Amino acid sequence: MTTTTTAGPAAARRRRRGDVQGSGRLAATLLSPTFIVLALVVGYPVIAAFRESLYQRGQGLDAQGFVVQGDKFVGLRNYTDIFTGPNSGAFWNAFWNTTFFTVVTVALETVLGVAMALVMHRAFRGRGFVRASILVPWAIPTVVSALLWRWVFQADGVANAVIGKQVLWTTEGFHAKIAVIIADTWKTAPFVGLLVLAGLQVIPREVHEAARVDGAGAWAGFWRITLPMVKPVLLVAVLFRLLDVLRMFDLPAVLIGLHKDSVETLTMIAYDEATNLRYGPAAAYATVLFVYVAVVAYAFVKLLGADIIGDMRQARTARPASAKKKPLTSARKVTT
Amino acid sequence: MASISTIARGVVAVVATVTLAAACGSGSKTKSAPTSQALTGRGPITLAQGKDTSGNVQHLIDVWNKAHPQETVRLIELPESADQQRQQMVQNAQTKSDAYTVLNLDVVNTAEFAANRWVTALPKDQFDLSKFLPAAVRTGEYRGALYAAPWKTDAGLLYYRKDLLQKAGISAPPKTWAEMQTDCGKIKGVGCYSGQFDKYEGLTCNFSEAVDSAGGEVVDDSGKPNVNTPQAKQGLDFLVQGFKSGMIPKEAITYEEEDARRAFEAGKLVFLRQWPYQWALSNKAAKVKGKFDVAPLPGLNGPGSPTLGGHNLAISSFAKNKATALDFIKYLTSPDTERANLLASSEAPTLAALYDEPTLQKKFPYLPTLKASLLNAKPRPQAVRYNDVTTAIQESVYAALTGKSTTDQALAELQSKLGPLTQQ
Repeated sequence: MTTTTTAGPAAARRRRRGDVQGSGRLAATLLSPTFIVLALVVGYPVIAAFRESLYQRGQGLDAQGFVVQGDKFVGLRNYTDIFTGPNSGAFWNAFWNTTFFTVVTVALETVLGVAMALVMHRAFRGRGFVRASILVPWAIPTVVSALLWRWVFQADGVANAVIGKQVLWTTEGFHAKIAVIIADTWKTAPFVGLLVLAGLQVIPREVHEAARVDGAGAWAGFWRITLPMVKPVLLVAVLFRLLDVLRMFDLPAVLIGLHKDSVETLTMIAYDEATNLRYGPAAAYATVLFVYVAVVAYAFVKLLGADIIGDMRQARTARPASAKKKPLTSARKVTT
Repeated sequence: MASISTIARGVVAVVATVTLAAACGSGSKTKSAPTSQALTGRGPITLAQGKDTSGNVQHLIDVWNKAHPQETVRLIELPESADQQRQQMVQNAQTKSDAYTVLNLDVVNTAEFAANRWVTALPKDQFDLSKFLPAAVRTGEYRGALYAAPWKTDAGLLYYRKDLLQKAGISAPPKTWAEMQTDCGKIKGVGCYSGQFDKYEGLTCNFSEAVDSAGGEVVDDSGKPNVNTPQAKQGLDFLVQGFKSGMIPKEAITYEEEDARRAFEAGKLVFLRQWPYQWALSNKAAKVKGKFDVAPLPGLNGPGSPTLGGHNLAISSFAKNKATALDFIKYLTSPDTERANLLASSEAPTLAALYDEPTLQKKFPYLPTLKASLLNAKPRPQAVRYNDVTTAIQESVYAALTGKSTTDQALAELQSKLGPLTQQ
C-alpha cells in the first residue's frame, strides 16, 4: 500500500502527460458523431435563423397587384425595429409579460413544489395515492389543461362560482395574468415537486437523526439540512422551469387568446410575425428571445447555481472517495 | 374546438420561426412565378380542405371518382381552425409543392393567395357567374379576375325568441336597432342582444356588420379604409352603447360562436347574431327548441348588412393536372352537387336558385331569410395582408368595447393603421 501510494503520483503524471494527445484524439473521434448531429440539429437552425433575421421579404405590390417576390438584405433593421420601431411597444409589453410570468410562476412553483415534495416524502397511509394525484396535472398536455382552465375561467365557470363575483377572466387586464399564473402553477408545480422528491430521497436518514439528537427542531432541520442537501436538484428544477416559462406560448394562447396584450409573450409575437409571412422579423424576435434565454440561464448558473455541472462532477468524484475513506486517509498519512 | 388547433400552432410556433424562416430564405430569391398559365393536364388530383365534419365531401368525391376512374380525387383533410388551414396552404405554396391541387379557400384569403401567385386565375367564361349570389362571386375575385369559384357561403342572421316576443305582444322581429331596444324593454329578466365580441375573427365580422348596417363601410370600393365617418361611428357606437347600457350582457365580451350559442340555448338572450349553423343545433336544445326563429339582421334605419363568410375553390399554381381540377370545381359548384351538399351538411349553397326550391325550403325553413340576408351581405375587407387588417380591426374595436378608448379615438386610430395595410 505504502509503495503504491508513494510511487503513484509520479507514475500517474507521466502516464497522463503521455496520454493527453492519444486519448484526446481518440475522444474527439469518438465524440465527432455527436458533434455533427448537434451542429446539424442545433447549430444550423440557429445560424440559419440569424441569417434570415437580416432579410426582409417583399411586401409591396406591382402594377398588376402581385406581390414583388424576393428577399432583401436589411442588415440589423429587423432588430432596430424591434427595439425602437413603431411596434416596439408590443415588444416591450411582451418582454415584461414574459419576465413577469417567469419570476412569479417560478417563485410560486418552487415554494409549492418543495411543499409537495415534503408531503410526498412522508411515510403515511395512502402515500402512493397522494403521489399519483399530485402528479396528474403534470401528466396532462398543456393545451388540454389550458382548455380545462378556460372552462373554469369562463363567465359562468367554476372560478366565478367559487369567488361569488363576476370576473371576466379572459378579457384584457391583470386578471388575465392571474388566470395564466394559476393555470401554469397548477400544471408545473408537480414537476418541481417530483425533482425535489428525488433529491429528498437520497438524503441519508442518519443526518436527520443526528440533527434531532443535537436538538434541532423541524424548522431548523428543514432550513439547515434538507434545503442545503436538495439545493443542487432544486436548482436544476428551477433552471428547467425558467427556460420553460421564458418560451411560454400554448397556455396564454389557448386560455386567454392570441393578440391579448395582457398576456402576450415573446413567442406569441414571433409566431404572429411568422404567420403573417414576415419571416425576417419573426426570426429576429426568435433570436432576441434565444439570447434572452441564454443570458438568463447563464446568469442563473453563475449567480445562484455556482456551476451546476461542476457540482455534479464533484459529487460524483467525492462519493467513491468517501466510501473508501479509511484506506485513503491512511495512505495520505503515509505520504505526508 | 378552434383552440385545439392552437396546440399544434404552439408547437409549430418556435419551430416555424426557425426552420420555416430558414427554408424560405434560400429558395425565394428566384422570381418567375406563373402568371396565368393554361389549365392543362389530366390525371389524379387532391382537394385540400378543413375537416369534413359531415362526411359529405368524401361522398361527393366518391361519386366523381366512379365517373372519372382516370382522374380520381383524393381528399386531404386539414385542421379544423381557419388559421391553421391557411397556414398549411401557405406552407404548401412556399415549398411549391404539388401535394394540394384544389384549395378550399376561406373567402378572406383570396386576395392574399392571388397576389402571391399561389393560385391560378380561373377562366371566367367557363362559369355561369350570373347564377351565383353576386356577393359570393365577389369574394372569389381579385382585381377583376376570378381566382376562386364560390362554393359555400355564410351570413349572419338574427336568432330571436318568438315565444318571448309573442308574450310581450310583439308581432314581428325588429328591423332596426332602435326597435330591438324597445322590444327588449318589454321583456324583463332576460338579456337582450349578443353577438361574438371576443378578440378574434368573429369580432371583425360583428364590427364590419355594425358599420355596414349603419350605412358605412370599413374599406371602400377602391380598397381604401373609410372608418373615420359618421356612419362607422354610429355602427361602432351601437356596440359600445349596447355594452354600456346593458343591452348586451357584460360577459358577451368573452363570447365566441359556441359561447353565444350556449347562452342563447340556456335562455339567457332574446336576440342573438349568429351563423346559420346554429339552426339545427338549437332545434335540439330542450330550452329553446321550437321557440325561436331567424330574421335578417337589424340595422340603423332598416335591415342590416351581414358579413359574408364561406369557402371558395381555387387551383394551386404548383399543382399538376389543372384541367381535371377545373372540371372537378365545375362539378362541385353544379346545382345538383350543391343541392346534395345542402341536404347532407346544411351548408349554404352559392347558387341563388336553390334558395327558392320548395322542397329545400321545407327542410330548411330559414332559406328565404338567409337569401334575403345574402343579397344584402358585404364581404370583409379584401386585402392582401388580411391577417394584419383583421388584427388591427380587433385591436381598435376591442379597445372601444372595453372602454379603453372612445369610439372616435378607436376609429381614428384604425383609419391610420389600415392606411398602409391596404395599399394595393
